Amino acid sequence: MDLVSKNKSEYIINRHDNQYEVVIGLEVHAQVTSESKLFSTSPTKFGAEPNTQVSLVDAAFPGMLPVINEYCVKQAIKTGIGLKAKINKRSVFDRKNYFYADLPQGYQISQFKDPIVGEGKIILDMPDGQKEVGIERLHLEQDAGKSIHDLDPKNTFVDLNRSGVALMEIVSKPDLRSPDEVNAYIKKLRSIMRYLGTCDGNMQEGSLRADVNVSVRKKGSKEFGTRCEIKNVNSIKFMQMAIEYEANRQVDLIEDGQTIDQETRLFDTKKNETRSMRSKEDAHDYRYFPDPDLLPLEVSDDFIENLKSEIPELPDEKKKRFIEKFKLSPYEANILVSDIETSNYFENVIKKSDVKLATNWIIGELFAALNEKNLEITESPISAGNLSKLINLIKDGTISGKIAKTVFEQMMEGDKDPQKIVEEKGLKQESDPKALEALIDKVIDDNRDKATEYKSGKVKLFGFFVGQVMKVSGGKANPQLVNEILKKKL
Amino acid sequence: MSDITKQSLSELVENIKGKKLSSSEVTKAFVERSEKSKELNAYITEDYANALNKAKKFDEKPNLDLKLPGIPMAVKDLFCTKDLKTTAGSKILNNFIPTYESTVTQNIWNEGAILMGKLNCDEFAMGSSNETSFFGNVQNPIDKNLVPGGSSGGSSSAVAAQLTPITIGTDTGGSIRQPASFTGTVGLKPTYGSCSRYGIVAFASSLDQAGPMAQNVKDCALLQEVISTYDEKDSTSIDFKRKEYSKELTKDIKGKKIGIPKEYRVDGMPKEIEDLWKKGIEYAKDCGAEIIDISLPHTNYALPTYYIVAPAEASSNLARYDGVKYGFRAEGENLIDMYEKTRSEGFGAEVQRRIMIGTYVLSSGYYDAYYLKAQKVRKLIKNDFDDAYKKVDAILTPSTPSSAFKIGEKTNDPVSMYLNDIFTVPVNLAGLPGISIPAGHDAKGYPLGLQIIGKAFDEQNILNIAYAMEEKINFKNNITDWWI
Repeated sequence: MDLVSKNKSEYIINRHDNQYEVVIGLEVHAQVTSESKLFSTSPTKFGAEPNTQVSLVDAAFPGMLPVINEYCVKQAIKTGIGLKAKINKRSVFDRKNYFYADLPQGYQISQFKDPIVGEGKIILDMPDGQKEVGIERLHLEQDAGKSIHDLDPKNTFVDLNRSGVALMEIVSKPDLRSPDEVNAYIKKLRSIMRYLGTCDGNMQEGSLRADVNVSVRKKGSKEFGTRCEIKNVNSIKFMQMAIEYEANRQVDLIEDGQTIDQETRLFDTKKNETRSMRSKEDAHDYRYFPDPDLLPLEVSDDFIENLKSEIPELPDEKKKRFIEKFKLSPYEANILVSDIETSNYFENVIKKSDVKLATNWIIGELFAALNEKNLEITESPISAGNLSKLINLIKDGTISGKIAKTVFEQMMEGDKDPQKIVEEKGLKQESDPKALEALIDKVIDDNRDKATEYKSGKVKLFGFFVGQVMKVSGGKANPQLVNEILKKKL
Repeated sequence: MSDITKQSLSELVENIKGKKLSSSEVTKAFVERSEKSKELNAYITEDYANALNKAKKFDEKPNLDLKLPGIPMAVKDLFCTKDLKTTAGSKILNNFIPTYESTVTQNIWNEGAILMGKLNCDEFAMGSSNETSFFGNVQNPIDKNLVPGGSSGGSSSAVAAQLTPITIGTDTGGSIRQPASFTGTVGLKPTYGSCSRYGIVAFASSLDQAGPMAQNVKDCALLQEVISTYDEKDSTSIDFKRKEYSKELTKDIKGKKIGIPKEYRVDGMPKEIEDLWKKGIEYAKDCGAEIIDISLPHTNYALPTYYIVAPAEASSNLARYDGVKYGFRAEGENLIDMYEKTRSEGFGAEVQRRIMIGTYVLSSGYYDAYYLKAQKVRKLIKNDFDDAYKKVDAILTPSTPSSAFKIGEKTNDPVSMYLNDIFTVPVNLAGLPGISIPAGHDAKGYPLGLQIIGKAFDEQNILNIAYAMEEKINFKNNITDWWI
């Protein structure tokens, strides 16, 4: 029986009388946003016809040599800056040697001993507060090609479009303790890279995938358990499922008096289980050595400083500003800064309208409507400008909040100017006291008995009268004025 | 002009520029002589018909401002040549036709030269006798059944036998200078980073360097001037001011300080080599140079260092020949089986030996003891030269510890074969330029060479010293055309 306590962010596996903590470290492979590959000029567009984006260098023809793509170096350094990490002015490209059909060179150019980015950190916003996760390093490396095994019963096909594409491998410290933290970590990392424009974070296209290192230990223990590495998991959900399965598997082994083998495992998404891929004994000897075709990569202080000046405001800073300047709650700020498009949208809306109303409308109505239609904020049928107008119509009393929802629904059908919708449909709020008095008089007249009851002390009936007035007015009566007048009249 | 093939490159250029000879006449002469010399086995691939066509085209609209106007030339088969088979002397590339041109050969064609064919070499340039070539031994024109040296054995044989007026080789541990020495020709290994490695089949990336091979120093200088360019396609190419070596060539080396490293007096060195070296010192003095005794204390470690670094890089560089993308493939039951069969059948014994050594020295648990230590020693060897160059302008040594040997003589003794590179290897490890010039004969009448080693990027200086000494030495190659 799996007993997992999930009070807030503490994730503990209970077995018999023992409590186990899960220790997780991630090696994220993030594809660098770049027009061309790490060491060649081939394009990197996703989804192209197989083997149409392959240069002689990518296919490792005799005598071909790698030439570093400066743009990819800049992207890696920017990411390092975004992770508040140490930028190494000198880094070295190594060869990781192994044979595989989709690895044309017979080695992958990577960075082993001297990565371009050293230690950094990521702050996670968890329900019970912030958590800092250490970054061990970030290094640049080439992606391999793609082997396609299911097109032919006998043969494997190889697509080299991806061969040589620049990846950043971002290695976390073993600081993560639950599937929820992993979720928050990946989202935050992705958000930072999207802000920076260094990785699009598109997991469906494989731009972001991770090797997940999992171990368990008795709660309170300082020692790490033996870890297993789950290779190449390409969605957050699968990462979480894999961790849950793997952690429980390890706990079962320990409870059963067995030891855990350090090994590489694969996550079977159909069966929802991890299984052994190769043990430590079978691990490849990659024979790393510095690539003699490439000189050590050296960057100057100026080079790094210039890149720093190009760094936009990042989510943590933006959140702080939103809280301080716009008086948002941390919860609201977190949601609005989670991706750069949302925060841009928000900032555009509040340029000309009330912050509080804008926050509520974006987080409430807009997100719900987008969710329902499965749209991204960038695909929103309602432009920031028109949402801003809608909010102003509410703010200046032209329409009520209730009417605003009707207008909003119509705006979702196509980016219409809310002003026009209000005019065309005659939805303008009735705020003329004389007109309202007439309405109210009629309602009181029609409900004499209830008015008498009210006067004799049944104050609850006030709501009934408001509702009647709103109904008669077709929802257009200004609720505040209705309240005031009703009180006088009754 | 009957003796076209006996002319040096400089003479041919002059005669074509002076319109005394056409490119067609010159090309035809070298093609005919090449055709009569099949027994030397200097060529792997002949491209004579195309060469004659190109010569004809050149003559129709001759551009006489070029440095190599209409000059025919065969090149080592390690340089990728567009649309012409490039094998690196290996079965594994026996069917490989590049769609691209190496930078060095492109530079040559840009100056008007015409490709005649591809010259034999040791497989992937791994060898010192041209015996590891999949395409068979090459004969040294000096004597039947004598090796022409290696790995640029086809190149040295072809230049010595005048099948090509000039050629290019590659030198990883002596592969230009040793064969030059064995055939009585001149060979220059330029400073690492001087000539682009783009399009040259790689052996050991941190050591490989292309260079000219010629009948005399002046021709060598001219070709070096053509092939040495900065190339963005090679990250190790160095952007330095290159000279017009042939124009600035001078025999005035008065006052140049030439170092004689005591560590090069190796045990068991034949007296002939010792004598040659002494004679060389006298020639240098005659030219006005000052002789200074120097020490290169880590010389003894150069050969073991080289035989760790070079195989390590080679084991990785040759991983791409796996039967998947191009070249030879042996069918197998599955991927691993295909790899094993392809590489077992596609690579020769020496290449396999070096891949094994290289794989071993890079293996986890051995890396520090071998590869890392070798890199440290390599630095010490380089430091030796840096220290020496505080006192001297160049260094004079023998090129090889012996003259050419017989085909088959050392085939089964790799260590004795490796010892051939003892004087040349330190130069590659330090990335310096070195030139071998013919300087005498041994008792059998076989040529012997002297090596002049320079400071980095100082090709001009060693070319000048070689040029001055060449005149004093007045070497005559004794070639009888025994194969014709």
